[in-house]
Amino acid sequence: MLDTLQAPTTTSSMLRVEGLKAYYQMNYFGVRREVRAVDDVSLTINRNEIYGIAGESSSGKSSLIKTIAGAITPPLRVVEGSVKFDFAGRELDVYADPQAMKAARWQNLSYIMQGSMNVLNPVRRVKHAFHDFAFKHMGLSPSAFRARVEKHLQRIGLDPHVLESFPHQLSGGMRQRLTIALATVCEPDFIIADEPTTALDVLVQQDVLALIKDIQQRMGASIIFVTHDMTVHAAIADRIGIVYAGRLVEEGPTLDVFRRPQHPYTAHLISSLPRIGDNKKRSALPGKPPNLADPPSGCRFHPRCPLAVDKCTNENPPLEARLTGRVACWRAGEVQTA
Amino acid sequence: MDGFAKYLGRRLFQFFLVIFLGVSLAFLITNLSPVDPVEQSVALMTNFGATDPRSVELMRQALQELYGLQGSMLDQYLAFWGRVIRGDFGPSLSAFPTPVMSLIMSALPWTIGLLTLSLVITWTLGNLLGALAGYYRSNLLLKLSGAAVMALHPVPAYIIGLCLLLAFGFIWPILPISGGAQMNLQPGLTLDYLRSLIVHGTLPALTLVLVGLGSWFISMRSLVSNIVTDDHVVYAELGGVSSNKIFSQYVARNALLPQLTGLALSLGNVFGGAVITEFLFNYPGVGRLMIQGIYRGDYALVLGVTTISIIAVAVAVFIIDLIYPLIDPRVRLS
Amino acid sequence: MFKILRDMLRYNIEFAIGFVLTLSIFLFALAHFWAPLPDTAIYLLPPDMPPSAQYWFGTTSRGQDVLWQMSSAIWNTMLFGLTVTVLSRLLAVAVGMLSGYLGGRWDQALMTLNDTMIALPNIPILLLVYFVMRDSMSWPVLAATAALLGWNYDARLIRSVTLSLRNREFTRHAVFAGMSVPQILVRQHLPYVMPVIFFTAMNNLIWAIGLEVTLSVLGFSDINRPTIGGMIYWANQHQAIIAGIWWWIAFPIIAVVLLFLGLFLLAISVNEYIDPRSRLSRMGA
Repeated sequence: MLDTLQAPTTTSSMLRVEGLKAYYQMNYFGVRREVRAVDDVSLTINRNEIYGIAGESSSGKSSLIKTIAGAITPPLRVVEGSVKFDFAGRELDVYADPQAMKAARWQNLSYIMQGSMNVLNPVRRVKHAFHDFAFKHMGLSPSAFRARVEKHLQRIGLDPHVLESFPHQLSGGMRQRLTIALATVCEPDFIIADEPTTALDVLVQQDVLALIKDIQQRMGASIIFVTHDMTVHAAIADRIGIVYAGRLVEEGPTLDVFRRPQHPYTAHLISSLPRIGDNKKRSALPGKPPNLADPPSGCRFHPRCPLAVDKCTNENPPLEARLTGRVACWRAGEVQTA
Repeated sequence: MDGFAKYLGRRLFQFFLVIFLGVSLAFLITNLSPVDPVEQSVALMTNFGATDPRSVELMRQALQELYGLQGSMLDQYLAFWGRVIRGDFGPSLSAFPTPVMSLIMSALPWTIGLLTLSLVITWTLGNLLGALAGYYRSNLLLKLSGAAVMALHPVPAYIIGLCLLLAFGFIWPILPISGGAQMNLQPGLTLDYLRSLIVHGTLPALTLVLVGLGSWFISMRSLVSNIVTDDHVVYAELGGVSSNKIFSQYVARNALLPQLTGLALSLGNVFGGAVITEFLFNYPGVGRLMIQGIYRGDYALVLGVTTISIIAVAVAVFIIDLIYPLIDPRVRLS
Repeated sequence: MFKILRDMLRYNIEFAIGFVLTLSIFLFALAHFWAPLPDTAIYLLPPDMPPSAQYWFGTTSRGQDVLWQMSSAIWNTMLFGLTVTVLSRLLAVAVGMLSGYLGGRWDQALMTLNDTMIALPNIPILLLVYFVMRDSMSWPVLAATAALLGWNYDARLIRSVTLSLRNREFTRHAVFAGMSVPQILVRQHLPYVMPVIFFTAMNNLIWAIGLEVTLSVLGFSDINRPTIGGMIYWANQHQAIIAGIWWWIAFPIIAVVLLFLGLFLLAISVNEYIDPRSRLSRMGA
């Protein structure tokens, strides 16, 4: 608990993911293919916590967050495991009760989608989106609802007249703010965000990050988000989880992970971050991320790992508690930060 | 508003270009052909009985003047435009001396009525079925009705019409198979006459509907099955928006935009189907007029109907182009 | 190519049905080369015979065997359709690829012309051409006219594919390597455009055959050359329906509907095979 930025008031968990496996299963003209995008992931997220998931592109992190959000469509399917939310003592199993899940959306759980430039219907005015998503959850009269939405927009720094606009009349930054406003207007308990800042330029990015952090603190919501950008994790996450080839390989309080990475892959991710005043040449990781249709045996990182030994080739390391977090590596103790 | 003006300007340009090229094409076809329409008409008339050479020569000159076939090619071309603008295609040969234009004008309302009605039905029904089939992919009833309309789609209008004619005119004779209304009824806003209009229009309209349904169904279904993977639809689903609302406001509404453009593009083809259907059911529209004109060798009539058809289709396309910005804010407000 | 065919036959039921239908109708049409009588001969057989062991599909009022007439008719109709398709593909590919590759003003001009052609009603123009040509109208002339009117939708499709290829890396390499525009289009881009050409060809074939049936049903073609539409034309001339000679009309209609169905099934299954988006949704299904 030493290094967490914000000590949670209660430690009760808000989201429990257990043994989750989600595979792309394809069968086309007689050729079967199975891509193990999410392979046996377990994690827990607490109340009031911001949890970041990091990893390279095509590491399966986006599939993981989509599976948690119940936002997957075939050919991606949940093969095993469960995703359970706990909203004020009311448990919600995402894949066991789709009806209750649908009812909880936006009331308890909202989602900020990747590429949110295009999440607003291009042929309808923005106000209709707020009405469709939020009106039924607020229990307000239409005029009171409108007043509430306008107040919410002002807090987020948007002029209420954007409600009367069409999406194509707004800038990218405004649209991103709008989606965040849309995802937070019902003050949900839990927000899932898939690459919330990726499409934005750096200045707007800072702005949006501050906004997310601010809203989270004001509403007391939990957030899980995904991005490949380690600086975003450093800026807002309380804890981060590192995903490699569909598996969670390390997890811990953000500062601990950045200061003392336990997994060689994490160490590489962090050492490749630019630092002011540091002109040392960065070493690139050899090799490519593995093909998830045919992953390497044992530890999936072993073909690229500088510390790999025979055991790594043959046996898959379990994710085990170590120091303040968890790590899945046979040589966790020997990792050095560059 | 600037974008809207630009859009309107482009459409207007296209509208005039279609008319210009279409009318010029009609002129070129008639003038470059190896067959001289005047000789053809003369031959047709002298067929009925021996005529002395002097009156044949007089007739030849009269026809050349009537059809504006005197002078150089350019003179003739300009004269043709003059006649198109005045709406004067000369007298019909087969219904002499009724002007071609008045024959067309009395036939045009029938064609416009039949085409508008059947197009509205076809477009609405085809798009509705296609959108539902694209959105509710596993619904068996929709799959079956889809298979039925798709199987009809490649079959030409004449064959479908002929089958309907055989079925409802001979095997189970419950509908009239010829004409636009009962002959002995006075046209007017009487109940009897309207009933007769509807009964007579049923088979031709049904033919056009059955021919057209498939292509709307197919294109709408594939549009919708692409749109459902668009971000704004996926997001609305994750936002717990009701599926009825998603279907009508997030999917179908967006898919209607390209379908309206498609309607404008298809008008030329649809008109062709109407020509054939009218002939088959002896429906008193411009299609029947044209085919009768061909059978009777009526040069002025055939040229007149072709030219007016080209202009009428261009006007209809332009009307649809004008409607488009009303439903697409991106054109209206860019 | 052979492997794709085998896979499609095995795993795509629409393709299999379409393939079998089209192939059997083609073989049936091919049989007319072995017909016992010339297909233009009339009054050689007893007229108006209903279907029997001797005349499977009966005989016409003009003393022809319906079976052998149909065989020739389908052959001629398909030949017309294929001619139109090949000619109009040449136009569509040339205009579409040039427009897509050149872009800018050329693209604008060509597509404006293209859209103008789309807005012209085909049938009245074809009828006008027939009317002024009359006796000098032969089926190749009609096919050429139809081809001139039937390329514009597909030129648009081909253009959009070429447009997307234009900014690809390999196009720039080819330009730097000094390849000329025709070389780039034919050697580099044509292979990518091929699937679209193939798909549009199927649809165009259906359209062209429909056109042939329509025109010859009205008698606006060489009526002495047997075609599917021509058979119906003669049946109408002899009032076959009223006289109860149903086989004269029914069998040609059934044959042509089966042919349309076969070609259409081929077209949609090939389109599905080519289109990556529908392929993806198929994987999930």
